[in-house]
Amino acid sequence: MAIDWFPLWLSLRVAVISTVIALAAGLWVAYILANREFRGKAVVDAAVTLPLVLPPTVLGYYLLVLLGRASPLGKIWEKFFGSPLVFTWKAAVVAALFHSVPLLVKSSRAALESIDRSCERAARTLGASEWKLFWRVTLPLAQRSILAAAALAFARSLGEFGATLMIAGNIPGSTQTMAVAIYDALESGHSMLALLLVLVISAIALAILSFTTRLESH
Amino acid sequence: MIQARIRKTFPPHDDSAGFSLDVDFRAGAGVTVLFGPSGAGKSMVLDSIAGFVRPDEGRILLDDVILFDGAARLHLSPQARNCGYVFQNYALFPHMTLRENLAFAAERRPRLERHRRVNEMLERFRLTETAGRRPHEVSGGQRQRCSIARALIGGPKLLLLDEPAQGLDAPLRVELYETLRQVRADFQTPVLLVTHDLDECFELGDEMLVLCAGRVVQSGAPPEILDRPATLEVARLLGAFNLIPAEIRTLDPGRNASRLKIGEFEIDGPYFPGRLKGDRVTVCVRPEQLTALPRNGRPGPNQIPAALERAVEKPTHVHLQFAGGIAVDLPRAAFEPQREIREWVIQFPAALLRAL
Repeated sequence: MAIDWFPLWLSLRVAVISTVIALAAGLWVAYILANREFRGKAVVDAAVTLPLVLPPTVLGYYLLVLLGRASPLGKIWEKFFGSPLVFTWKAAVVAALFHSVPLLVKSSRAALESIDRSCERAARTLGASEWKLFWRVTLPLAQRSILAAAALAFARSLGEFGATLMIAGNIPGSTQTMAVAIYDALESGHSMLALLLVLVISAIALAILSFTTRLESH
Repeated sequence: MIQARIRKTFPPHDDSAGFSLDVDFRAGAGVTVLFGPSGAGKSMVLDSIAGFVRPDEGRILLDDVILFDGAARLHLSPQARNCGYVFQNYALFPHMTLRENLAFAAERRPRLERHRRVNEMLERFRLTETAGRRPHEVSGGQRQRCSIARALIGGPKLLLLDEPAQGLDAPLRVELYETLRQVRADFQTPVLLVTHDLDECFELGDEMLVLCAGRVVQSGAPPEILDRPATLEVARLLGAFNLIPAEIRTLDPGRNASRLKIGEFEIDGPYFPGRLKGDRVTVCVRPEQLTALPRNGRPGPNQIPAALERAVEKPTHVHLQFAGGIAVDLPRAAFEPQREIREWVIQFPAALLRAL
């Protein structure tokens, strides 16, 4: 039986891209939340957490309304990139982002808040700019926890199902990710294929788990 | 030279009584010690100067640079202040070696100078051997010296130390004092040091500011303050005095003399300017200024009989605690042959008594 490995590569690509974007965006939001006091901080904090508590299908529905071809955002995307966003693999990245960004913001903020503040103060009295301070002191001190969070976000992105199915669809060879392919295989009676895919995903998840526990135990 | 006028108020809150800091002082070359009990506002003074805390009003001037001016809404960032700060936990960067810690701080120096400067500081603070190790791999004394070297390497205009000897064992404390004396001798940087340890004030301080409840209550050289505490409050804070309630019975400015009634006894004292006959005062005298003798018949002039309650052995003397709350420090040799005696007389030196 020839196995179509496309869903695995697609899932990995989606997870890598969404984790990289989530790292950049999540770290920035986490830094602001950990270091600045501003009006509406609680609102931002709640908004970041919301995707974690919403059911995936509800999230998918909102995204479809927000990014569909008829929506203003969807139109802007289509104008810039020449093709619609929904029902492409890029939509799967967006769906994954809504779960990986909150995870990264939460964990990175905790990591940034738990490092020794006097080290940051010391760097300031030594004349280090906020930029130098962040890259050379804050980030190195928090990097283990942030890496662990990124690994978890990666795993979460790899398995994203509900919202992905709704806004990226289930187009074999185009938008069919691992999680969707497993569902599809089982539905159409290819139980051996489903089992194989399940085992592969489980192995990757276990590898990530052992990686994060090793990071955190140091 | 640092000149600081700092005012900051924290209004009372649900779970705190509120606090107000209102200090005005200047400190020049040498070591100036900010002494006071915890909660007096010492660390807040330091943090205001370093730029971590923004005062409500006032003005902070370091040499000819304005660090803070409430009226002009000027508040320089910690980065722009050029103040070295030695934190209580040293705050060395744990992911960098000692050399990297110094190099990080040397980056505001010209590029060509950095390497030489780092080596020079490593050598001066005896860290050359351990320069390649991380902070958790070196001894407490090395961490301490590294944090002081790091604070000094950029050539700060002022060095701030926040309770540097807090929680150190005796050998490390001695080492710290040695290092700081070396810093005072080798660098022209004025030092502002926060402590609540009176020994430390004497060990290190050229000048001393006594802080209490957010105010500077007295300033001067440490021995001067110990000899002449300005108020009862200062004497209590220093914790090194007998404070005995008394009543002035007579005052004689011509002979520079007075009679004081303590309990049911009367003793001679000096003339107290500004006091009136009948005033109730607190006599302030240090335990080592008093003498105790075994009681032998009637007490002589300026002696008050007292029963010994407790003798506490100290490394240098014996601290005798008498009924009535008077304490006397005797040399060990003087006390040893008489350790069984309970009834004593305390001899008051008339000229050394102060009334607060």
